[in-house]
Amino acid sequence: MAIEVKIPTILRTYTGGAKSVEAKGDTLSALFDDLDANHPGLKGRLITDEGGLHRFVNVYVNDEDVRFTGSLDTALKDGDSVTILPAVAGG
Amino acid sequence: MRYDSLTDALGETPLVGLPRLSPRWTGDAPVRLWAKLEDRNPTGSIKDRAALFMVRAAEADGRLTPGCTILEPTSGNTGISLAMVARVRGYGLVCVMPENTSVERRQLLEMFGARIIFSPAAGGSNQAVAVAKKLAAENPDWVMLYQYGNAANAQAHYEGTGPEILRDLPTLTHFVAGLGTTGTLMGAGRYLREKAPDVQIVAAEPRYGELVYGLRNIDEGFVPELYDDGVLTSRFSVTSYDALRRTRDLIEHEGIFAGISSGAILHAALSIADRVAATGEPADIAFIVADGGWKYLSTGAYDGSLQHAAEKLEGQLWA
Repeated sequence: MAIEVKIPTILRTYTGGAKSVEAKGDTLSALFDDLDANHPGLKGRLITDEGGLHRFVNVYVNDEDVRFTGSLDTALKDGDSVTILPAVAGG
Repeated sequence: MRYDSLTDALGETPLVGLPRLSPRWTGDAPVRLWAKLEDRNPTGSIKDRAALFMVRAAEADGRLTPGCTILEPTSGNTGISLAMVARVRGYGLVCVMPENTSVERRQLLEMFGARIIFSPAAGGSNQAVAVAKKLAAENPDWVMLYQYGNAANAQAHYEGTGPEILRDLPTLTHFVAGLGTTGTLMGAGRYLREKAPDVQIVAAEPRYGELVYGLRNIDEGFVPELYDDGVLTSRFSVTSYDALRRTRDLIEHEGIFAGISSGAILHAALSIADRVAATGEPADIAFIVADGGWKYLSTGAYDGSLQHAAEKLEGQLWA
C-alpha cells in the first residue's frame, strides 16, 4: 500500500531534496514510522517528545487536517495523499 | 437604509442561496449552500468588522487617542479596512504588508492615505508579523492592534457575523469560513456553539506555493494567539487551483463575483455538502464570501485556463 507524502522545503534535507516520497502504513502513526525508517530523523521533526504533533506542523490527509480526524490514529488507505506543511500566518 | 456615517453601515450583509451549486436545493432532504456576502461591507471585505471592533476597543481602553498612528501587519484586506476606519476617525496608519500581494491592495491602501512598509515575499505573513513587532518596539507611540491576538477581532464575529447567520438561517447545520487570523471562525464559531451546539464549524485555509512556507526552521512557524482548535469541527487546506476553480464556479453558476479565498471556502463547503448529500440527510451550509474579485483582476485569476491562472498565482498571497 503506497501513500504519497508531500514534504515541505524545510524538511527536504531528510529526503535528499525530494518534494514527495512514498511510504506505507494503515495509520498516520505507522506511516511516520515507515518514513523515519527510510529517512532517519524526519519523524523527530514532526512529533514532540510527548508523542503529539509538533505545534507548528500541520499534516493533511487528502487536504483535511488530521488534528480533526483522529490525529496520529487517522486511518490511511491506498492512494491517499499526505501533505506536511509548517504553520504560517494568514490574514 | 440611512446611516450617520460609513462605519455605521457595516455588517447586516445578505445571506444568499446557491440553488445551482447546492447538491439538492429542494425535496425532502435538501442540502443547501448559502453565501454570506461580506463584500457588501464599506470597503468590500469582511475585515471591516474586525477593524472597527479593534479600533473601538483600543479607544475604549485609552490606547488609541486622537492623532495616534495605528500599526498593523496585514496581507491587505485588514489594512484597507483599518485605513477606512482611520480616515473616518482621524488616525494615521502604517501597514506592514508582504511584497507578494496584489497591486490593487497597494493602490487602495495608498489612496486611503496609509503608509506601507513591505516585508519580504519569502515567509509570507510570518515575515510581516515579525517586521511589525520589531517596528512596534522601535516606535512605542504607534499602536499595534495586532489582529492575530486581538480579542476584539473575534468579538466582531461573535456579535455580528454569527448572530446574523443564525437569525437568517435557523436551520443552519454547518458554518464554513476562511482561516487566517482565525477571528471569523473563533468568534462566529463560539457564538454558534453556544446557541446551536450541533452546528459544525469548518475551516478552509489557503495552500500557497512553496515560497510562502520558506521558514528557516519549524520553530519559526506561527499559530495566531486567537486560535483554539476546540472551536472547529474540521479544517481543510485548499490549493490555489481548487480555489480558482470554485471562484469561477461561483460567477458562472450563481452570478457571484468573489475573491479567491471565497473560492477556497466554497471548495470546503462543497466537500462537506457532498458528504452529507451521500448520507441522504438534509443540511443548510452557510459559508463566507470574504470579498469581491475586484482586487485580484491583476493576478490573472479570472483570465485564461485554470492551470495557467493557478501557475500565475504561485507565490502570491491571495487570502
